[in-house]
Amino acid sequence: MARKVSTRRKLVMSAIAWTLGILIFFPILWTVLTSFKTEAEAVASPPSFLFFHWTTENYAQVQERSDYFLHFMNSVVVSLGSTFLGLLIAIPAAWAMAFSPTKRTKDVLMWMLSTKMMPPVGALIPIYLIFRDGGLLDTRTGLVIVLTLINLPIIVWMLYTYFKEIPGEILEAARMDGASLIKEIIYVLTPMAIPGIASTLLLNIILSWNEAFWTLNLSASKAAPLTAFIASYSSPEGLFYAKLSAASTMAIAPILIMGWFSQKQLVRGLTFGAVK
Amino acid sequence: MATTHTHSAARLMMAPSVILLFAWMAVPLGMTIYFSFLRYNLLMPGMEEYTGFLNYQYFLTDPAFFAALTNTLLLVGGVLAITIVGGIAFALLLDQPIFGQGIVRILVIAPFFVMPTVSALVWKNMFMNPVNGLFAWISRSLGFAPVDFLASIPLLSIIIIVAWQWLPFATLIMLTALQSLDEEQKDAAEMDGAGAVSRFIYIVLPHMARAITVVILIETIFLLSVFAEILVTTNGGPGTASTNLTYLVYAQALLQFDIGGASAGGIVAVILANIVAIFLVRLIGKNLEA
Repeated sequence: MARKVSTRRKLVMSAIAWTLGILIFFPILWTVLTSFKTEAEAVASPPSFLFFHWTTENYAQVQERSDYFLHFMNSVVVSLGSTFLGLLIAIPAAWAMAFSPTKRTKDVLMWMLSTKMMPPVGALIPIYLIFRDGGLLDTRTGLVIVLTLINLPIIVWMLYTYFKEIPGEILEAARMDGASLIKEIIYVLTPMAIPGIASTLLLNIILSWNEAFWTLNLSASKAAPLTAFIASYSSPEGLFYAKLSAASTMAIAPILIMGWFSQKQLVRGLTFGAVK
Repeated sequence: MATTHTHSAARLMMAPSVILLFAWMAVPLGMTIYFSFLRYNLLMPGMEEYTGFLNYQYFLTDPAFFAALTNTLLLVGGVLAITIVGGIAFALLLDQPIFGQGIVRILVIAPFFVMPTVSALVWKNMFMNPVNGLFAWISRSLGFAPVDFLASIPLLSIIIIVAWQWLPFATLIMLTALQSLDEEQKDAAEMDGAGAVSRFIYIVLPHMARAITVVILIETIFLLSVFAEILVTTNGGPGTASTNLTYLVYAQALLQFDIGGASAGGIVAVILANIVAIFLVRLIGKNLEA
């Protein structure tokens, strides 16, 4: 039965929801707007909301003064690298747990989850010292290794919940029809597994892109991803709001767009399948 | 049936994940425990010696530890309170028939995708700055003196920033739970004459209980380790006014080079997190069977 709602009530509710929604979004909107102002206009009082002299020079200056592109590429390499490496390690494991479960599968899954709960400060000091001695501090390789390991439990879990939904009967049906194992994998399993793998990939890129404990502690300049690069704006000289905004806008834009596409998967991935 | 064969293949497929995760957990943890019993300072290499529980004694009796513990609990509790209440409110609102529901939803969840250093610096400079921030402009326009947020109320300011980042997560999960609620149940209650408030208390809230628990536990895990937001806004200060356990251990290790003391602090943090983790594992373990 569809609920009848009066138009007036809908209008009032819409007005409240839109006002609150815009308020929550406002800091992001304000950052984007400020990135197109001059530094003087960025701190003007009263602030100008739309009627200012729009300029894109901050974007050019951020690149010129601090080699923004290098840090952007560090973020891309580290988040994609750790995600693909993580998938490579996790897909077989999740596959085995979903299609050939044993009595201990559940315990293994719970144990994996528990590793995610160890606070990073419990591991910071040894990892820092190992990285220092192994020449991994401030390298992309080092960051890829750490981010792969911290996100591995989430990847395994997410893949597991997706793989488990692939009905086993389909495999049997294909086998009865005389499909070989290779054909079974290529024509039956892969098409059904790809959406789950894609969702996992997306969520993990988002998590790695925004990870800010290990990236801040293990990188300095050369391999610093955007999280660490933006942090260098915390002790700036002179006027910098517009440039901070430009750097921030570029840092969050790609992930914001990806995030909007992955709302559903986000819930599932971050709650380890407890809420779907 | 080739079960033994399949099972050994399965074991082989799981091996890399299990071995890597085990190494990732056991090696650093073992080393941290070992360091925590040493007098070990990076500025005095070669002077390491066994000191028993001295590091723990120093760490636990340091006034900074008590401050950090209180701040950690206030930060976790404050953010949880704001995001749970706000998340339920937003979820109820977004569940209503409204114009442009999809767009409002996109606006509300956006902060979750902003990296911690960006959101902290944007709030610090463009909103909370006592001279150039928007809040300062608003209070001046209304005739009040601007508040120097990060100097006078540092912990509350950080709570606000972190709550802004986590509100979308709570909203999204509450909304997902709300949308799985059977409409007919609500309709039936309405026909029986139940008002909006009692429908919320007796039908909606119990239905959301699991989602609320999940939000509390998962946020707690992440909030115990808030770090970047503190590093780029207050550096834990003034004094220890906004230092949490994570930041305290970081400062002791990488700013004071006291590896032994910091390791003891790290172990204390691990023990605290484990207490929370036990509850989470139980809860999700239960859901796994369902």
